[in-house]
Amino acid sequence: MKWYIAKRLLQLIPVLLGVAVISFSLIHLAPGDPARTIAGEHASEQTIQMLREKYGLDKPIHVQFWLWFKQVLRGDFGRSIVSNEYVAKEILDRFPNTVELALFSMLIAVVVGFVAGVISASKQYSFLDYTTMGVALFGVSMPVFWLGIMLMMIFGVFFRVLPIGGRIASDISLERITGLYIIDSIVRGNWKALGSSFKYLILPSVALATIPMATIARVTRSSMLEVLRQDFIRTERAKGLSERMVIYKHAVRNAMLPVITVIGLNFGLLLAGALLTETVFSWPGIGRYVVKAVQMRDYPVVQGCVLFFSFMFVIVNLITDLLYVLIDPRIKYR
Amino acid sequence: MPGKPLAISSRNYLFRRFTDNRSALFGLCILVMLVLCAVFADFIAPNDPNPTPPDLAIKLKPGFWSEEGVEGMPLGTDALGRCVLSRIIYGTRVSLSAGLVAVGIAMILGICFGTLAGFFGGAVDSVIMRFVDIMFAFPALLLAIVIVAVIGQGLDKAMVAIGIVYTPQMARIIRSSVLYIKEMEYIEVQQAIGSSRLRVIFRHVIPNSIAPVIVYGTLMLATAILDCAALGFLGLGAQPPTPEWGAMLAKSYSYIVSGAWWAATFPGLAILFSVLGLNLLGDGLRDILDPRLKQ
Repeated sequence: MKWYIAKRLLQLIPVLLGVAVISFSLIHLAPGDPARTIAGEHASEQTIQMLREKYGLDKPIHVQFWLWFKQVLRGDFGRSIVSNEYVAKEILDRFPNTVELALFSMLIAVVVGFVAGVISASKQYSFLDYTTMGVALFGVSMPVFWLGIMLMMIFGVFFRVLPIGGRIASDISLERITGLYIIDSIVRGNWKALGSSFKYLILPSVALATIPMATIARVTRSSMLEVLRQDFIRTERAKGLSERMVIYKHAVRNAMLPVITVIGLNFGLLLAGALLTETVFSWPGIGRYVVKAVQMRDYPVVQGCVLFFSFMFVIVNLITDLLYVLIDPRIKYR
Repeated sequence: MPGKPLAISSRNYLFRRFTDNRSALFGLCILVMLVLCAVFADFIAPNDPNPTPPDLAIKLKPGFWSEEGVEGMPLGTDALGRCVLSRIIYGTRVSLSAGLVAVGIAMILGICFGTLAGFFGGAVDSVIMRFVDIMFAFPALLLAIVIVAVIGQGLDKAMVAIGIVYTPQMARIIRSSVLYIKEMEYIEVQQAIGSSRLRVIFRHVIPNSIAPVIVYGTLMLATAILDCAALGFLGLGAQPPTPEWGAMLAKSYSYIVSGAWWAATFPGLAILFSVLGLNLLGDGLRDILDPRLKQ
């Protein structure tokens, strides 16, 4: 196992290097002079000249890449054109918001999706099964941003029970520890903040959860059906175990494996879905940050976010693979 | 059944399996409807999607369900007094062609790279597949957004961006199917009788590996339409006044607070049903053409 992990980590190096090269090329592929691109449209000639020297833009391209890459390794992604803040700092400020949204969505998706899938499979071809799978089919075809708007309209505008956007009520202050508001407010014992941040969290995470929820339900169902057809289930039934015991104690456990892969794969999709959901609900995470940066042509921010996002994406995929091997000893790691 | 011939021609057999698959048929019906809307938009749409100058006197009026509605605007009007229904119908043209172009780009590039990698193997294969791995390290929508950031905003650029983003997937699918076909005896025969490599590739390998391309192309068309709408929604795809579904949503969702829900609701429904139809069709085609993949 140790060797397998080491090997997988080594394999990551070329991929991440490739990602770095692509992110680096971004500024150089964009039309116009890179120094001017980094400095922004309204920068003075002096600033541009300064930047050109700072980033070594007068040097050959591979030297430039090396200079930039050394900076990135030190965690320096440059400064935003718009706010002039360090990009790395801005990303880290916003990252917990995205994490909280993603984790909460995943929780909803896994619980609801898995339960729906198990029920569907144990009552195959019933009305319940058809309904669940029908809903799941709509779920995978859903434009996330539209669903977000609809939820906002129904619960925020018509019934006025939930806020339509933002992170927490503006009159509540919460001291930051982890940046995850739910956890921070529990640790601080700030129940008002807990209630408020929870309310703000519901709609965006339900919207974001839809697609993974539908996928998980579909995969769980087919995986359950496969397990239920196997010999050991017949043995359990022959032993006289109740159907409930057979399904919940034996079948579910064995059906979980493919579901874990799907959860891992969906975490990546969740990051991408966050781009849209955060924009709809004015959620101050990195998804909205990168969308705004692209709209404003804030290249250093786009570059930093791309690196960061892809890094997360690759790591999550790796963890999924490792979990898979860990849980199912039948899979030989090579 | 007694008396009935057992052997049916394979084409008939496939057709039967298709018509037996109700959800695939339903998907096909939706697709046909979309195509008809796109082709005959000029005749179906009740109003001009972009009247000049816009009639602001009738902005944000509800549709047939309300007495405040305007005559001849069945689904109401948007913030510039334009007919929502007509814009959705013309939007079919935009979304469908954008999706087709994007998937077309992905197919052409994917077939080139996938065939090269699968047929020649070795170093060519390694280089192409490593590059594919790197492309997979980006979440798809993020990569599309980044490409748009580099090449600029607009519908045409969004199509290219999505096409590029989908290329690695297509390349992988083609490669695996080429790897399989390459080992077939009829390819060996071709090589033995001295056909040129190009001839073998174009006459035999590519045509025979096309089935999965059709299946995944259909499913990809669904996500391409979705991603195109997403880019339009973010203001990076189609620009106003193009009647594109995502852009229509973006321009009208701020008005739901004042109760004008229709201008944001119907374009989204259009996206949902198009994607749903294509997904049903794609799933059905997969079950029919490639039963091994059936889940």
